[in-house]
Amino acid sequence: MIEVNDIYKSFGDTPILKGISTVLEKGKTNLIIGQSGSGKTVFLKCLLGLYAPDKGNISLDGKIYSELSPREQRNLRQDMGMVFQGSALFDSMTVEGNVKFPLEMFTDQSPSEMQDRVDFVLNRVNLIDAHKKYPSEISGGMQKRVAIARAIVMNPKYLFCDEPNSGLDPRTAIIIDNLIQEITKEYDITTVINTHDMNSVMEIGEKIVFLKHGIKEWEGTKDEIFKTNNEAVTNFVYSSELFKKVRQMYIEERD
Amino acid sequence: MNYLASIGSYAIMIKEVFRKPTKWRIMKSLLFKEIDELIYGSLGILVFISFFIGGVVAIQTALNITSELIPKNLVGFATRQSIILEFAPTFCSIIMAGKVGSYITSSIGTMRVTEQIDALEVMGVNALNYLVFPKIIALLLYPFVIAISMYVGILGGWVAAVFGGFSTSADFTEGIQLDFIPFHVTYAFIKTLVFAFILATIPSYHGFYMKGGALEVGKAATTSFVWTSVVIIILNYILTQLLLG
Repeated sequence: MIEVNDIYKSFGDTPILKGISTVLEKGKTNLIIGQSGSGKTVFLKCLLGLYAPDKGNISLDGKIYSELSPREQRNLRQDMGMVFQGSALFDSMTVEGNVKFPLEMFTDQSPSEMQDRVDFVLNRVNLIDAHKKYPSEISGGMQKRVAIARAIVMNPKYLFCDEPNSGLDPRTAIIIDNLIQEITKEYDITTVINTHDMNSVMEIGEKIVFLKHGIKEWEGTKDEIFKTNNEAVTNFVYSSELFKKVRQMYIEERD
Repeated sequence: MNYLASIGSYAIMIKEVFRKPTKWRIMKSLLFKEIDELIYGSLGILVFISFFIGGVVAIQTALNITSELIPKNLVGFATRQSIILEFAPTFCSIIMAGKVGSYITSSIGTMRVTEQIDALEVMGVNALNYLVFPKIIALLLYPFVIAISMYVGILGGWVAAVFGGFSTSADFTEGIQLDFIPFHVTYAFIKTLVFAFILATIPSYHGFYMKGGALEVGKAATTSFVWTSVVIIILNYILTQLLLG
């Protein structure tokens, strides 16, 4: 579980986050949504410890990141997995090399133990025949799977995903969303996803935090987002005609 | 003020490069990869250029000896001095700033643009040590390349002088051995080691701290070439004054 307590972050004179508090729950997919420029990425980087908040603190299962020593921070980092928007796979390594990298860096496992673990996680994300291929030789959806495999290979307690299905076709995007949700349940990890894909919100949003201009405007579940009367949320989530109709149908069905 | 800030962040970068080393098992393979790309991969072009520049130095020296009073062995002497003192260590380093420097900036810059450096940092890896340290160590072999460049440059001078009919082999060889000061070779290698450090770190700095997209990677590579060359030229002057002045 991640507790965010009243964090502020500015760059120069520009305030980006203005007092955000929330709880991101274990075993659930927690979605951070909001328009471009709402502070989602800065918020995610604060959670990852890449940016230190100017004020307030972030507690990861009771450990306040800013109060840890550099060594403890590094150890805590090994409990975090991250899936980047562009996958961020190392071009010079094969799929297998990318997934094996954290194991080689941070464990003393034998080569056969590492290989077993790599095979296991690649199978888990349904990548069977891509071990020896380079990132440039596989599709965007496969690259995302490799990124997820690399993120979970160390058995993380926290999984962070920045726009995990951007650039993917709708079907592949749903497959990636479902994969992340399955992994979250299976390993009981705290998953935080930055997205502005409304399909993801409707599909896997067990907890949704809506940011607007660096402030937490609203939070709730995917069921509550149908019922909310918060104008900022409805303007953002139901900006397309399709989603307006979906919401209308939901309300009519409920009534 | 911007220049001062850049010098400050360059110094901080150098400090970070030597902090929290990467596991030896991984560093070993990175080292061999960098030696292959930075040293072995540069041998061909440096040998080619050294051979022909040595030849041109010999021909131009010979063509400028118009007085009968000047001994013919001056062609070999001038070729040796030009190659050992300046061409091999300094001119080759400028060429390397273009070849190796651009490669380093663009490869690290692309990693920055595609969030690969962020991925390393999120994992808790010291990205500067992982990316820059093996380049510094690999370039410690740079003096060997320069030794080869010296040999090939003088050989090129001999070929041009003898087969071009500008000097006899005996005169040229006598010139090569004339008034030889071993410290000149030491001076050249000291310069080379300093330039090797510059070749590894300034392009890395421009790649690592770049902001923007693909276009900025290209701009960063150009800026890195300019600054690496400028620093090499300035340090060449300072080192020459300190060591030979």
